[in-house]
Order: sequence, then structure tokens, then C-alpha cells
Amino acid sequence: MPLLEARGVTIRFGGLTAVADFNLTIEQHELVGLIGPNGAGKTTIFNMLTGVYAPTEGTIVFDGHSTAGCKPYDITAFGVARTFQNIRLFKDLTVLDNVKIGGHIHYKYSGTSAVLHTNRFHAAEDEAEASALELLRIFDLEQRAHDDAKNLPYGDQRRLEIARALAARPKLLLLDEPAAGLNDRETHDLMATIHDVRDRFAIAILLIEHNMELVMGICERILVLNFGKTIAQGTPEEVRANPVVIEAYLGEPVEAV
Amino acid sequence: MKRLPWYLRDAIFLAVFVAVLLAAAWGLAALRFPGIAYYTRILVLIGINITLAVSLNIINGHAGQFSLGHAGFMAVGGYFSAFLTYFYFSKLVDRYPSAQSALLVVALLAGGALAAVAGYVVGLPSLRLRGDYLAIVTLGFGEIIRVLILNIEKIGGARGFTGIPHWSNFFWVYFFAGITILVSLRLVRSAVGRAFLAVREDQIAAEAMGINTTKYKVKAFVIGSFWAGVAGGLYAHYLMYLNPSMFTFIRSFEIVVMVVLGGLGSISGSIIAAIILTILPEGLRMVKEVLHSDKDPRMIIYSITLIVLMLTRPQGIFGRRELWQVLPRRKDAVPKKERDDAAA
Repeated sequence: MPLLEARGVTIRFGGLTAVADFNLTIEQHELVGLIGPNGAGKTTIFNMLTGVYAPTEGTIVFDGHSTAGCKPYDITAFGVARTFQNIRLFKDLTVLDNVKIGGHIHYKYSGTSAVLHTNRFHAAEDEAEASALELLRIFDLEQRAHDDAKNLPYGDQRRLEIARALAARPKLLLLDEPAAGLNDRETHDLMATIHDVRDRFAIAILLIEHNMELVMGICERILVLNFGKTIAQGTPEEVRANPVVIEAYLGEPVEAV
Repeated sequence: MKRLPWYLRDAIFLAVFVAVLLAAAWGLAALRFPGIAYYTRILVLIGINITLAVSLNIINGHAGQFSLGHAGFMAVGGYFSAFLTYFYFSKLVDRYPSAQSALLVVALLAGGALAAVAGYVVGLPSLRLRGDYLAIVTLGFGEIIRVLILNIEKIGGARGFTGIPHWSNFFWVYFFAGITILVSLRLVRSAVGRAFLAVREDQIAAEAMGINTTKYKVKAFVIGSFWAGVAGGLYAHYLMYLNPSMFTFIRSFEIVVMVVLGGLGSISGSIIAAIILTILPEGLRMVKEVLHSDKDPRMIIYSITLIVLMLTRPQGIFGRRELWQVLPRRKDAVPKKERDDAAA
């Protein structure tokens, strides 16, 4: 059974069909890329997969749960975590607190426990602290744990957002343009990080990215979207060679080679 | 490090806290100098305002939901606890005088509970609204409560509720102020408090972290209203009189000013602002005497002080930090500061 299966997913905003008849299956531990020109509907698909929008038609099944129309917080609890195209960190909170909040669903105790500082509270908080620090160590952000998130350099903020998403211990991680605004060196490091994250945490990753080097370099399978429709999919080599893709997305055939 | 069992540690903490408070109350009662009654009264009002400001800070500061209805919740708690003591508990105390303190606590908690229910009823439908819209709804709620009370003859209506037993005092006011502070401090440093902060910072990101934002907003409202209700009860049993005109939106506004002035989200800021803004209007009474004028510039100076404070420190006295985070630290203060400066 695939981890995620979206069938015939369509969303209309008034008269505009933003995404039409979108199909996607993601297997466990797969690294899939979603590319397409601006306005193709990539982020809209993310928003439907994470419950920000409910699809007008179609079904989404994640890990045995039908998630179309579920609230974002329910879908997170099923095991989907995400980052945002324009970074949405909790800016005025510390780096450590950002990651602890990422693990919110795993640290359930009542307000009464929190006020009385019961053993349950201490156990949960100790675990939250330890696993948040562990994640920060993996992302080499440990030194900044007690700084406000807004004071991190841009590249670190991007990585912190991934660390925060991983704190939810997802089965599927959605990355929305993780390399946006990064320089070449940072992008290279990020590629290694994404690969490493997939192996270390044994999760599936779906990523939207405009940086072709990154997408082609790490994705095992790529979907190409244009005007809300899937125009091609396959391995990086297949997609790169597909004339439809070259025409719609990569530009003139001569320049694409 | 081995921890004491939580109930033991909290029991010790509570015992020390109560002992200190009792000593302070005893010392205060032993003081004899002209005007002591007046100063005691101001001290008690400070305690009540601390409870109000700290509880509103949970809603406005931590969860970031701008409420202008705190006086409404205070009124619910005040009137309900006074209703209980006046009509039921005072007869019991006539028979068993030693039960007074216990019955006061029961009345206060019942008042707080009803205020919390009111917070839930207001919060559930209106917390889908954001910012200004929520502020208007809560403002309207506060007025509805006031007009309702105005029309209930049983509790005095427009004449006011007189003859409430004088059971509240320095000790109980500061006891509950302390508990409110403790609850607020411990909440904000827990998963619940972090969820409040996440809702304040970014609702969309909070939902993506698995936080049911509506649930946590309502939670903040219920907790904040509860303590506002308790403060209302303490107020009622100290003044021995309640009148709907005490709970207009201006009262709500005063509490909001305390929270904003202290720094939204800063507990110690709320406490210090509550102290300053309770003392300031009283202290400014002296100005009139010094000027030998028949005109009282008190409220003008008060307003100008607020304007100047807000212009010079728009983020509040402590911003979002706490007192102990603002004070320079001995050891790691320097590198930390340099890092902040470098980042800024």
C-alpha cells in the first residue's frame, strides 16, 4: 500500500481551476520532486495535502486515513509535516522552542499537569528538550538554541524550519522550495541534508523546487505540473528528455541541453 | 539531579508562601500610623490588579487574542461570589464562624468557574475572528454582562449590591495573586503555553505543527476569565459593594493598558505595570496639593505618562521578556549580548 495516494484531486476557486485531476502516489521512503512554472499549482497541491484547502473533487488517502477535508492539525497527527515557501518560523520564540512546538503532538499532558509540575510533565518536557536538542545537533543549530529564531541567518532559518517539521516525526515531509534564496554552496549542503534526512529518519519526502540542479540531483521521481495539470512524470532522466517538459518548463530545446 | 516528588515540593512551596504572606499581613495589621488604612487599601487594590493583568496577559499576551472584555468576566465572578456569600454563606458563617475562610475560597472559585464558563461561551463562536473584530465582540460582551446585571433586581440592579460580607483581605488577595502568577508562569513554560505562543506568532504554522488553534484560544480565554472572576470576587468582598458602573469597558481598558505597558506576553511586566498604574493615579493626588490649585491635573499627567511610555517603549517595559531575562547576567551576559548586537 502506498504511503500517500491522491486520486483525481481537483480544486476550483470560483471559475478558476487551480489544479485539475491530479494523481500522485508516494511510496515509503521515496524522494519525489514536484516542479512546474510559477502559478502551476504546486503550492496549492501542498495546501490540499496538508488540509489548508479542501479539494473540490477527488480523494487523498494517507497511511490509511482519508484526509481530504481534514483540518491541518489532524493531518499532522497522521504523519504529514511541512515547511513553507515563505518561511513561517515563530520568529519571536527561541530556536529551541520552535523545535519543541514542532513536536507538539507527541507531548500531551494536561494543563493541570503543567501547573502542578507532575512527573508526567517532567518526563514529557525532558523528552521534548532532549529530542529538540538532538534535532538541532543534526542540523548544526545547537549553538543557536537559545537565540530568537528571527536572529538566525536566512539559510539557518530554512534549515530550522526543516528541523521543526521533523520534530513532528512525520512519515511524509513536504518541503516547499527549501532552496529558495540560498546560494550555490548552501544549496549543495541542503541537498546533502535532505538526502541524509530521508535516510536517517526513514521518511518519504515530496519537494517543490525551482532549482533544477537540486531536483534532478536528489529526486528519484519527478512530476511536472503546468496550468494545474500533470504534463509529465518519471525519473530525472526521463523528465529531462521529455519534449513536452522542455517546451513548457525548461524553455527552448536548444538552451535546455 | 534527583527531584522531590511534585506534591511534596509544591506543598513546601505553598507553606513558605502562606507563611510569608501571613507574616506580611500580621506586620501590616500591627503598623500604626496615620493613613495606614488608605495605604493598605492601595496595597490590596494592587494585588487585585496584578491578578487581573496577569490573567489578561494569558489571553492578550501569550495567546495573542486581543480581548477587551476582561471587566465583564471580573463582573461575572464578583457578582456570583457575592451572591453566594450574601444569600447563603453568611448565614452559615453566623453559625460556624471558623468556616469563613473556606467558604470565601469556595465562593471565589465558584465565581471564577462561572466567569470561565462565560469565557467559554464567548470564546467558542467569536475566536474564529481575528484582531479588531475579536476586540469588538469582547467589548460588546462586556457591555452585555453589565446591562444584564443592571437589570437583575435580586443583586441590586442599578443601585448596586450592598452588604457583601467583608471577608477578603490582604492575605487572600495576595494569595490568589501569587497562585495566578504561578499558574501563568508554569503554563507558559509547558506544551500548553508553547501552543499559546505558537498561535500568537503564526496561526497557519501552528496548525501545521498539529496545534488546534481554536481549542488553544478557547483554553486561554477560559483560564484568563477564571482568574478575572476570582479577582472580581476578591474585589467584591473587599469593597463590600458592587455596582455595574465599576465594570464598564473603561475598566477593561485599564487592564489592557497594564498588559500592553508591561509588555505583551511578559508576566513580570504585567505585574510591574499593575503596580505602577495603581499607584500613579493615587500618587498624583499630591500634585494638586503642591500646586495649591483647585484644579486637579491628575488624569492629564496620568495620560501624558502613558503616551510618553508608549512612545519611548512601544514594546512595553520588558517587551516580551521577563524581568530576569532583561537584567544583566553575571556570567554569560557579555557574549550573549554581543551576539544579539551582531545579529541586529
